[in-house]
Amino acid sequence: MILFRRELALAWSGGGGPLLACGFFLCLTVLIPLAAGGDPAGLRPIAGGVAWLALALSSILSLERLFERDLEDGALDLIALGPAPLELVVLAKAKAQWLAVGVPLALTAPVAAITLGLPPAQAPLVLLSALVGSLGFALTGALGAALALGSKRGGLLIAVVVLPLFIPPVVFGAGALERATNGLDPAPALAFLAAWVLFAAVVTPFAGAAAIRNAQG
Amino acid sequence: MISVTALTVSRGERLLFRDLSFHVASGEAVALTGANGAGKTSLLRTLAGFIRPDAGTVTFSAADPAEARAGHLHWLGHLDGLKTGRRAREELAFQARWAGADADGIAAAVDVLALEPLLDLEVRKLSAGQRRRLAFARVIAAPRPLWLLDEPFAPLDARWRAALGLMMQAHLDKGGAILAAVHDPLPVAARALDIGAGR
Repeated sequence: MILFRRELALAWSGGGGPLLACGFFLCLTVLIPLAAGGDPAGLRPIAGGVAWLALALSSILSLERLFERDLEDGALDLIALGPAPLELVVLAKAKAQWLAVGVPLALTAPVAAITLGLPPAQAPLVLLSALVGSLGFALTGALGAALALGSKRGGLLIAVVVLPLFIPPVVFGAGALERATNGLDPAPALAFLAAWVLFAAVVTPFAGAAAIRNAQG
Repeated sequence: MISVTALTVSRGERLLFRDLSFHVASGEAVALTGANGAGKTSLLRTLAGFIRPDAGTVTFSAADPAEARAGHLHWLGHLDGLKTGRRAREELAFQARWAGADADGIAAAVDVLALEPLLDLEVRKLSAGQRRRLAFARVIAAPRPLWLLDEPFAPLDARWRAALGLMMQAHLDKGGAILAAVHDPLPVAARALDIGAGR
C-alpha cells in the first residue's frame, strides 16, 4: 500500500503524466478529423475505432518512466529488498499507472468519441469500455516497460513491444461501440475485453518481475 | 550470518572472480577491497540477490535466501534510490517504512543523523553528503542484521564518517554484521577481503 501511494504521487507530480496523456488524446482527436478531410459524416462510422486507437496511443506516453527511473536512481534495488515480492510490485505499479493515467484518459474518452462523431447516447458505454480497456493498457504497458528496462531508446522499444499487445482491446473495445451503434448488444465484446484484461492481470506480474530481475543483474 | 561458497561471477565475457569462499559471522565487519572494476560491487549485488552467480552458493544463517533478502539485509549502493522531486521527509518515510521501520525507528534515525532541518527540503536541494545521510537513515531506522554497503562514506565529511563509524560499531555490538566495499579503511575493526586476489 505504501508503494502504491508513492507511485500514485510520483505519477501525478512527475512531469504531468495524466495531463500530458489527456492533452495528447485530445490533440489526436482534433487532428484525425482534419486529416480525414473534415467531413464528419465520413468519420462517423469509424468514430469508435478511431477513439480507441487514440486511447491506446495516449496510454503509451508515460510508460517509459514506470520502471526506468527506479532502475536509474537505485530505487528498484530497495524495492526488490522490501516486504512484497516483485510480482506484487509490478501489479501495484500497473494499478497506480491506471489510476493516474488510465482513469483520466477514460474520463476524457467520451468527449473524444463524441467529438469524432459517436452519438452522445453512447457516452456511458464509451466510459465503461475505456475504464476496463485502460486497465488492460496499464497492465500490458507495465509488461512492455519491464521488458524494455535498461535498453537504449527504451521508449521506442516499449511502443514496439506494447502496440501489438494492444490489438485485442482495441478490436474488442471498438467492437462494443460498433455493436451498440448498430443496435446490437455490446455485452459480448465487453466480455472479451474483460477477459483480455484478466489475462493481462495474470501474465504481467510474473513476466514483468522476471524482466526486472534480468535488468537488475 | 552469511556464508559464500565457491562463488564465481562474470559480467558478460569478463570473469570477475572464481571460487570465492568466505564467511561473515555475527559481530564481524568485512572490508571488501580491490582495484576499480575488480568486482566489489558485483559481489555485493550477488549477495543481495540482484546478480545470479555462474556457480557457487550464498547461504544465510537466519533464513532461506529469499526471506533473508526481504527482511534480513540492508543494501546501500552507489545510487541512493531517492527521488529528487520529492521532499526528504516523504522519501525517508517511504524508504524506512518499506524496509520495515516504525515511527519510533524513523524518529531515532532522524535524531542521530541530524536530519530534522533537511526534512522539508526537496531531495534535489540536498548536498551529496546530506543525501547519503538521508539514505543511511533507513538502515538505522529499520534494524536488519546484515548491512551490505557500497562505498558508504564516499560523499561524507570527516565528522559524519566518524559518526557513522560509531553507528556501525553499535550495530556490530548488537550482533549485526557488515560487508562494505571500500577504498579507504573502515572506521571500525574489520577483516579485509581482497576481491582481486580471488581471481
